[in-house]
Amino acid sequence: MLEVEINRKSYPDRGGQVHIALSGLSFRARRGELVCIVGPSGCGKSTLLNVVGGLDHDVDGGVTMGGVVPEHSIGFMFQEPRLMPWLTVLDNVMLVAGHTADDRRRARELLTAMELGDVLHAYPGSLSGGMQRRVALARAFVIDPVLLLMDEPFVSLDAPTANRLRNMLITLWQRCNTTVLFVTHDLREALSLGDRVCFLSGAPGQLVLDLPVKLPRPRSADDPAVLALQSELLQEHPELLAGLASGKDTGENDNA
Amino acid sequence: MNFVLPREEATLRVISLLAFVALWQFAAWSMQSQTLPTPAVICTRVYEELLSWVLPRHLGITLGRVVISFLLAMLIGTIIGVAMGRSRKLDLLLDGWLILGLNIPALVTIILCYVWFGLNDATAILAVAINKIPTVVVTVREGARAVDRDLLQVAKAYRLSFWTTLSRVFLPQLYPYFMVGARSGLSLIWKIVLVVELLGRSDGIGFQLNMFFQMFDIAGILAYTLVFAAIVMLVEVAALRPLERRLTRWRN
Repeated sequence: MLEVEINRKSYPDRGGQVHIALSGLSFRARRGELVCIVGPSGCGKSTLLNVVGGLDHDVDGGVTMGGVVPEHSIGFMFQEPRLMPWLTVLDNVMLVAGHTADDRRRARELLTAMELGDVLHAYPGSLSGGMQRRVALARAFVIDPVLLLMDEPFVSLDAPTANRLRNMLITLWQRCNTTVLFVTHDLREALSLGDRVCFLSGAPGQLVLDLPVKLPRPRSADDPAVLALQSELLQEHPELLAGLASGKDTGENDNA
Repeated sequence: MNFVLPREEATLRVISLLAFVALWQFAAWSMQSQTLPTPAVICTRVYEELLSWVLPRHLGITLGRVVISFLLAMLIGTIIGVAMGRSRKLDLLLDGWLILGLNIPALVTIILCYVWFGLNDATAILAVAINKIPTVVVTVREGARAVDRDLLQVAKAYRLSFWTTLSRVFLPQLYPYFMVGARSGLSLIWKIVLVVELLGRSDGIGFQLNMFFQMFDIAGILAYTLVFAAIVMLVEVAALRPLERRLTRWRN
């Protein structure tokens, strides 16, 4: 069980004023649950992931997993692939995988399963955006993460590429029983992926709706059921979801 | 930039070299002076000096000093440069010293080192290194400032160890700056090491050149210069360029 309890998280903004990013935010996720977090730009979604992932310790609150602060086996996928350009695809994955021959074999198998077997020794700069995301996804899963944090990982990709990556994510997630926090501002993406969707308000981010998604898997973002659920939500909570309905990937960064 | 074929490139380089020799030959002929011997005279002199083992011995001593002071300066300069690039406070504290170090004439540092620490090899190497450290610091500091925080965040998110982060995430971003520092630093060291030898050592190329100067032996001076220049080019072609290619392979 992942338990997130943030009383207050603030940081100085560009003008030196204190900006309260999150306040009174608390939620839990079961082991192996895929929780999507949606909210308007600037509501502190990225900040939330940074706190949960231990990248930002300056916070009034705490994060525990099974009663302890999660320290190991955390995967992280950012908005950009963030691969090391001087390492080959395989070495990028090996960077986090460990050093034994067994780790190496595991990394190779995973990359091959993700249809990256032909580019193991290529440098990221020579790959397409979609392939780079796939490598980043492999890097996240090669450590068998107990917790995977994803910060709008599929923005600025064309729809078929993004869908393919979403399917890969679901396959890997189901195999590894990983707890996933998936941040997005695309409601349809959230509904098509999540076991649950948590809605955050504008800054300071608070949890305003915690919605279980009961639709059967496999689903896709174009399923009529997903679309129906989306329009139903928009009708029920128009004020809550203002700014989310477009479902367009604009690639904005809300972690100013 | 217009495109040049590799074969064409080699031809052009050879033509450039031949033109240099031809100009030299022409100047020597037209001047008919003791102060400018012909290339053939110099080549003979180089041959004699090599055979007698005088030149190789002095050259070896000088190269030893170059290598040690180069490594010392790169190491110390890199550590200070990274520290200054990463810490704004340290940068402000040391910036004044750095400007002083960059602008103090090499001759002053060399003389002071000899006066304070004695006329010995350790001082000679120290004096060369001190002259070179500030330029390394400036270059590496630039690199450390430009380090991609996003990639360091990846290292942190995946809990990479300090050494893994340093060697596989941090330092690779500094390599281009490192190469610039090595190149400019090496060319500086070649020049300063001779002055250091001339002022306070009884061996090395610098000492020999001074002797030739006293005896007005222009052929000797040019012979040593020629060999020295050849070594500098060899280092560039055999060490620096392959190293650079290796470190920046991923860019292609």
